[in-house]
Amino acid sequence: MTEGIADPGPASEAEAEEEPTVTLRVWRGDTAGGDLVDYTLPANEGEVVLDVVHRIQATLAPDLACRWNCKAGKCGSCSSEINGKPGLMCMTRVDELPEGPITVAPMRTFPILRDLVTDVSFNYEVAKRVPAFAPAPAGPEGYRMQQVDVERGQEFRKCIECFLCQDVCHVIRDHEDNKEHYAGPRFFIRLAELEMHPLDTNDRRELVRQRMGIGLCNITKCCTEVCPEHIKITDNAIIPLKERVVDSSYDPVAWLGRKILRRHKRSAEEAAAAAPH
Amino acid sequence: MTDYETHRYDVIVIGAGGAGLRAAVEAKSRGLSTAIVCKSLLGKAHTVMAEGGVAAAMGNVYSEDSWQVHFRDTMRGGKYLNHWRMAQLHAQEAPDRVHELEAWGALFDRTPDGRINQRDFGGHRYARLAHVGDRTGLELIRTLQQKAVSMGIDVFMECKILRLLHDASGAVAGAVGYWRPTGEVVVFEANAVVLATGSIGRSYLYTSNSWESTGDGHAMAIWAGADVIEMECVQFHPTGMVWPLSVRGLLVTEGVRGDGGALKNNDGHRFMFDYIPEMFRAETAETEEEADAWYEDHAHHRRTPDLLPRDEVARAINSEVKAGRGSPHGGVYLDIASRRSPEYIRRRLPSMYHQFLELAGVDITVEPMEVGPTCHYMMGGVRVDPETQAATVPGLFAAGEVAGGMHGANRLGGNSLSDLLVFGRRAGLGASDFAEASDRSPTADAAQVDAVVAGALAPFGRDGGESPYAVHEELQRTMQSLVGIIRTGAELSEALEKLGELRDRASNVSVGGGRAYNPGWNLATDLPSLLTVSTAVTQGALARRESRGAHTRDDFPSADPDLGKVNFVQRQTDRRGFDAPIHIGPEPLPEMPPELRELLEEGH
Ligand SMILES: Cc1cc2nc3c(=O)[nH]c(=O)nc-3n(C[C@H](O)[C@H](O)[C@H](O)COP(=O)(O)OP(=O)(O)OC[C@H]3O[C@@H](n4cnc5c(N)ncnc54)[C@H](O)[C@@H]3O)c2cc1C
Ligand code: SF4
Ligand code: SF4
Ligand code: FES
Repeated sequence: MTEGIADPGPASEAEAEEEPTVTLRVWRGDTAGGDLVDYTLPANEGEVVLDVVHRIQATLAPDLACRWNCKAGKCGSCSSEINGKPGLMCMTRVDELPEGPITVAPMRTFPILRDLVTDVSFNYEVAKRVPAFAPAPAGPEGYRMQQVDVERGQEFRKCIECFLCQDVCHVIRDHEDNKEHYAGPRFFIRLAELEMHPLDTNDRRELVRQRMGIGLCNITKCCTEVCPEHIKITDNAIIPLKERVVDSSYDPVAWLGRKILRRHKRSAEEAAAAAPH
Repeated sequence: MTDYETHRYDVIVIGAGGAGLRAAVEAKSRGLSTAIVCKSLLGKAHTVMAEGGVAAAMGNVYSEDSWQVHFRDTMRGGKYLNHWRMAQLHAQEAPDRVHELEAWGALFDRTPDGRINQRDFGGHRYARLAHVGDRTGLELIRTLQQKAVSMGIDVFMECKILRLLHDASGAVAGAVGYWRPTGEVVVFEANAVVLATGSIGRSYLYTSNSWESTGDGHAMAIWAGADVIEMECVQFHPTGMVWPLSVRGLLVTEGVRGDGGALKNNDGHRFMFDYIPEMFRAETAETEEEADAWYEDHAHHRRTPDLLPRDEVARAINSEVKAGRGSPHGGVYLDIASRRSPEYIRRRLPSMYHQFLELAGVDITVEPMEVGPTCHYMMGGVRVDPETQAATVPGLFAAGEVAGGMHGANRLGGNSLSDLLVFGRRAGLGASDFAEASDRSPTADAAQVDAVVAGALAPFGRDGGESPYAVHEELQRTMQSLVGIIRTGAELSEALEKLGELRDRASNVSVGGGRAYNPGWNLATDLPSLLTVSTAVTQGALARRESRGAHTRDDFPSADPDLGKVNFVQRQTDRRGFDAPIHIGPEPLPEMPPELRELLEEGH
C-alpha cells in the first residue's frame, strides 16, 4: 500500500519531484493482523524518525498509533524496531539511516495493541514481584553514603524502562512461555541495583534464582548492545548477580564471608512474602 | 445509554507524575483504597524529564542555608504574588521529603562527607538542589513509582479522564474517561479526587512539555466550578534548544549555567551583565571576574547574572535576539565548552551532552549551544487551601503543577520537584481526611456520564469536518505569537477573538478510524481543555495591566504595587464547559504575618 506525498504546496510538479523526500514504511494493523504501509513526505533537515511519524499523523494518517512523551530519549516510550533494529524513534536521526524507505515496526516480543503500540504489561507485572527496598532507619540528618558506593546503583537507575532489552532478549523473544518464569534484563539490573545498594537489608538471591529465572540467560549481551542508556547490563549486573546466586546455592563459605561483611539480609522467602502478589 | 465499567475508591488521583504518585502513596499509607489514573504508561509522566534537581534547604553544602532563606528566595522569585503559607510550608518541609525519598530507594549524588550533594540554580541564594546528574526527575519518578507499586496501589494506565462527576450538592464525586488502548468508557466513583495533571505547555508551539500537558486538570477544575488563579503567569524557560527545528523548545537545563556555563551574544559578549534589575542588583556580580569567582566561593562573592530568575533571563535573551545580536537560528549562545573541562561536562551533564550530540550534532564540550526561550511551566492553577490542598469545590484536591499559589508570578528552578513532594503528600492527607469524614457513598450519575461520552464521541459522527491537528496547530500559533513572553493589550484581545473562532472550529472537527488507540481522536478530546486553559491564560494576561515576574506587558512595562496585592481569580458559575464563559476578577492576596515579612527584607 502506498499513500501519496503530503501537502505538496504551491510548487509545480516538476519542482516537487526534485524536492528531497523521506519514505517511512510503517507497520499498520492490530491483533487481527496488519501490513507495512508506505508514507512519503518532503524531507526536513535534522529530523528524527519520530518527527516523521508525527508529520504522518498530522497529514496522512491521523489514526496512526505510536507512543511517545519526551522526544529526548528520557522516558522510554517510543521504542520500536527501525529497519529491523530495536531503538528509540526519538533518538534515531533520519539522515543517519541508509537511503531508501525506513521500515518502522512495533517491538516483536510484546503482543500488538495497534500499529506501533504493543502491550508491555508483562514488564509491569514483573515489577510487582520485585520485593521493595528495605533500608535500616536513617538518623535525623539522613543517610551517609559515599559517592563510589552509590555509583554502581546509579548506573542501573539510569534505566528509562524502554523495554528494548526485554524486546531483544531471545529467552522471551523466541519463547513466549518463558515469560512466566523469567524477569528479563531490565529486572536483572533492578535486582542487581537492590543487591548492591549500600543500605538495603533484603536478600533476594533465592528469589532471583527460582522465580526470576536468571539461569536462562546465556550472556549473549544483546541487551547491553541495544540499551539507549548504555547500561552494561550483562557485565555489571547479570554476571555479578549470577555469581552471587551461585555463591548462595553452592558455596556456603563464600556466602558466609560476605554475609559477615554486609549487614543482615532477609531470606528469599521473607523477601518474596513481603512482595505484593 | 453508554456501556461502561465502574470502579469505586475512597481516593482517586488523576496523574502519575511526582505529585500524583506522592499523593497516592500518602492516601494508601493511611489505609484508604486508592487508585492512580494516567494518560501514559506508568513512569512516563512529564516529571521524568526534570533534570536539574529538587530544591530543599538541607544545608549540606552551605550550612548557612535554612528554610527562612529558601522562603525568601521563593517569594522574591515569585515577585510576592505567591501564597505566603504555601511558600513557607514548602521551604520547611522539603528537606524531610527529600530524605524520605532516600529511604524509599533514591540514590542522590553525594558530598565528600557522604551527604546528599546540592547544586546551584537560578534565584537560590545557596547551592540547594539535590540531584542525580541531570536526570533528577527520573530518579524521583522511579522511586515513587516503585514505592507505589510495592504498596499495591491500583494503577489505571493509558486512561484519559475527560471530566469530573459531581453529586446533587455539586461536590465532586468521581470522574469519567476512556481507556486509550480500546476507547472504552470507564467511570470512577470516589469520595475524594486529587488532580495532579501537570502543565498546559501544549497550548504553545515551542514547549519543553510532552503531549500530555494539555491542561486537562486546570480545565476540569474550571468546569467543576472551582477557582483558578494566576493563569496569566506562564514561565518561559530561557534556554530551550532552537535547532534543529524539530527539537525546538526541548529543554537545556539551568544546571548548565549552575555548573559554569555562560550566556553570550554573537559578539561573544556576556550580555546578562547589561540586564541586572534593581531588585537583584545588591546580590548580583557586576564583573565577569566576580561572577566567575562566585562559582568557587559563594560566601565572598556575588552570584553571576547568568543565574538571575528565569523571567529576567528569558526577557534578556528575547531583547538580544530582537536587537540582531542572536545566533544563526534565532537564539543566543550558551557556552560551557570554553569554561569547563570535557570530563567535567560529561560527568555533570551527561544527558545534555548526549541530547546535543545525538539530536543537533553539537559536541557541547567543544562548541557552544544555541538556546532560546521555550514555554516551560504553569505557575497558575487551581486555588487550594495550603494545608490540605483542597480546591474551592468540596471533594476536589489539587497538587503539583496544576495547583496555583505556591510560585507566584515566577517559579524558581528546582522548586517544582520539591512542590510535588511537599504538596503531593499534603493533598494525599487532605483527600484522606475528607474521604474518611465523608458519609456519602458516591454513585455516578448516568446522565452526566452519557453527556460527556456523547461529546467525546461526536467527532466520529461528523463528516468532512476539520482535522483536530489543524485546529491544535492554529491554537498553538495563536498562543505563541499573541500570548507569548512579551504581551500587549491589543494582541491579547485579538487572541481572545481567535480563541472564540477556534472554539467553533473545535466543535466541528471530525476523525476517522476506530476508538482503539487513535491519536487523532485522542487529540480531539484534548482540544476542549486546551481551549479552556488558553482562554483563561489570555483573560488573565489582559486583566493584569502591569509587568510582574513571567508576565510582561509591553504596554504596562512596570510593576503596579496595587496589582501586586491581588490574584486574578477565574471561575465558571452557572453554565460550564469549554464553550461557556469564564468570569474573572481580582481578589486580595492573603495577609502575610509580620515575622515572615521581615524575612523578605535584605540581609537574610
Ligand atoms: C524538561 C524539563 C525539565 C525540568 N526540570 C526541573 C527541575 O530540574 N527541577 C524542578 O523542580 N522542576 C523541573 N521541571 C518542572 C517539573 O518537572 C514539573 O513541573 C513537574 O514534574 C510536574 O509534575 P506533576 O506531578 O505536577 O505533573 P506531571 O509530571 O506533568 O504529570 C501529569 C500526570 O497527569 C496525567 N494526566 C494529565 N491529564 C490527564 C487526564 N486527563 N487523565 C488522566 N491523567 C492525566 C499524566 O498522564 C501524568 O501522569 C522540569 C520540566 C521539564 C519539562
Ligand atoms: S545477555 Fe541474557 S538477558 Fe541479555 S539478551 Fe542475552 S540472554 Fe537476554
Ligand atoms: S536497561 Fe536499558 S534497554 Fe533495558 S529498559 Fe532500561 S534503558 Fe531500556
Ligand atoms: S519519546 Fe521519550 S524516549 Fe522517545
